[in-house]
Amino acid sequence: MAGISRDDVAHVARLARLALTEEELDRFSGQLAAVLEHAADVASLDTAGVPPTAHPFPLVNVLRDDVPGPSLDRDEVLSEAPAAEDGRFRVPRILGEAP
Amino acid sequence: MSAAGVAAAVRAGARAAVDVVEEHLASIAGREDELHAFNLVLADEARAAAEEIDRRVAAGEDPGPLAGVPVALKDNLCTRGIATTCSSRILDGWRPPYDATVVTRLREAGAVLVGKTNMDEFAMGSSTENSAFGPTRNPHDLSRVPGGSSGGSATAVAAGFAAAALGSDTGGSIRQPAALCGVVGVKPTYGLVSRYGLVAFASSLDQVGPITTSVADAAAVLEVIAGHDPADSTSLPRPAPALRAVLGEGVEGLRVGVLREFVDAVDPEVAARVTAAATALESAGAKVDEASVPATTLGLSAYYLIATAEASSNLARYDGVRYGLRVDGDDITSMYGATRAAGFGAEVKRRIMLGTYALSAGYYDAYYGQAQKARTLIIRDFDAAYGSYDLLLAPTTPTTAFELGAKAGDPLTMYLSDVCTIPSNLAGHPAMSLPYGRGGDGLPIGVQLLAPALGEATMFRAAAVLEASLA
Repeated sequence: MAGISRDDVAHVARLARLALTEEELDRFSGQLAAVLEHAADVASLDTAGVPPTAHPFPLVNVLRDDVPGPSLDRDEVLSEAPAAEDGRFRVPRILGEAP
Repeated sequence: MSAAGVAAAVRAGARAAVDVVEEHLASIAGREDELHAFNLVLADEARAAAEEIDRRVAAGEDPGPLAGVPVALKDNLCTRGIATTCSSRILDGWRPPYDATVVTRLREAGAVLVGKTNMDEFAMGSSTENSAFGPTRNPHDLSRVPGGSSGGSATAVAAGFAAAALGSDTGGSIRQPAALCGVVGVKPTYGLVSRYGLVAFASSLDQVGPITTSVADAAAVLEVIAGHDPADSTSLPRPAPALRAVLGEGVEGLRVGVLREFVDAVDPEVAARVTAAATALESAGAKVDEASVPATTLGLSAYYLIATAEASSNLARYDGVRYGLRVDGDDITSMYGATRAAGFGAEVKRRIMLGTYALSAGYYDAYYGQAQKARTLIIRDFDAAYGSYDLLLAPTTPTTAFELGAKAGDPLTMYLSDVCTIPSNLAGHPAMSLPYGRGGDGLPIGVQLLAPALGEATMFRAAAVLEASLA
């Protein structure tokens, strides 16, 4: 758990979909290590029997009545997209050509 | 003029809302170039809204409790058709297709929106230096930061650009800049104010609140923006609390604990102002004692694991598909990576990285899981303290406003600015900062009142007493 290697940082950058530069990988390795070192007080805490808190006031099954209401205007939403076509968001090809 | 004063005069027809707006626009024209409080000034929209308020007053209609009050909005609150950037290149120019609920409520209450304020990118920072559009400067000393992340909102209020502002507070981002700029800032109980239309940073911690020049103004604005919103599933199903009505009730018999762990963490001159505030509350009839909430010392570490973990998930949506910046790549994965690399600044990348790491296989239990358990311990210790005390009194920040650039190169040092504000967010409790004197450098010092969940009314009573004790 101690320390975070440059390879770890590069792996995390791939998970986070961040195309970092070599310089950023170096800088973040040191900075993340410093923050994680500070976090050792929490990481090493004896928490046997302590439940986790995800949310200060958990409200469960928050539902609204099943009544139709207005939703966002499609054209207004698409007008802010980087690329749109035929009423849809346009993205680069995801799948290869069919054989 | 106070927000309450503006509203009363406009409602009575004694002042025209258009004149109030012109005065504030003139203040902005005078100092905005040196302060950079705003990402966008809404001069034309504000004039039109003010004309409409004046028309309603003339027609004998009720223009609302904040009639004609110029209000500035942090630029992470969505405004339909008006750019909302979060001070990030990745959202530069994006115009949301809807208003945040708090924006709708302000408009309906007659407030006049004067602009969108600068902030640390995606609210990640404590100095407003992490803005893609350049830093905001402290109106009391241009060499100092205004605090952050709601530094533009605090500066706008302190400089008289707006009578009130909204900020958001995930780990102190309302209270810390309010303290450093010498104004009042309130983080309400989690769920009291709708987050619908607040661009998400860390969803279990984020809360919208007011920044004003007085306690009464903060009460007036909070009454307008609080209350259940069906559009936010974490909104508490209860009405807005009555705050203005209790401001004169005093603190006779209230049990106030001075929070030892926070006092120990700050400069002596800041601690001295907390002592002065404790004396003032005691003189007004409160029973003041020293209190301890030991687990709050875990707050900083727990926060920087939980908030970054939530942020790494929330900010996954900035992928170049639906809004904002896109940088093309050979395939969709390289488009994601290139877009996010070009669109996010260094601090946002750093936090996404930290959060992704804390959630990743092999480290989840040691970091994120442990932080969630530390959060439980902090809540338990607060609950124990509130068995003996109605309120806690503490400093807001370790120091007065620091110099621009002083902490920009060292993230951990910057994070320590929030050591006294973070625990309230982890607990979901309300807390507020109000100005209480100045340091040896002449800059404002804030003291902080903390209350148990939904303890806003008690908190505001004590704040009113402290404010009056300075007069």
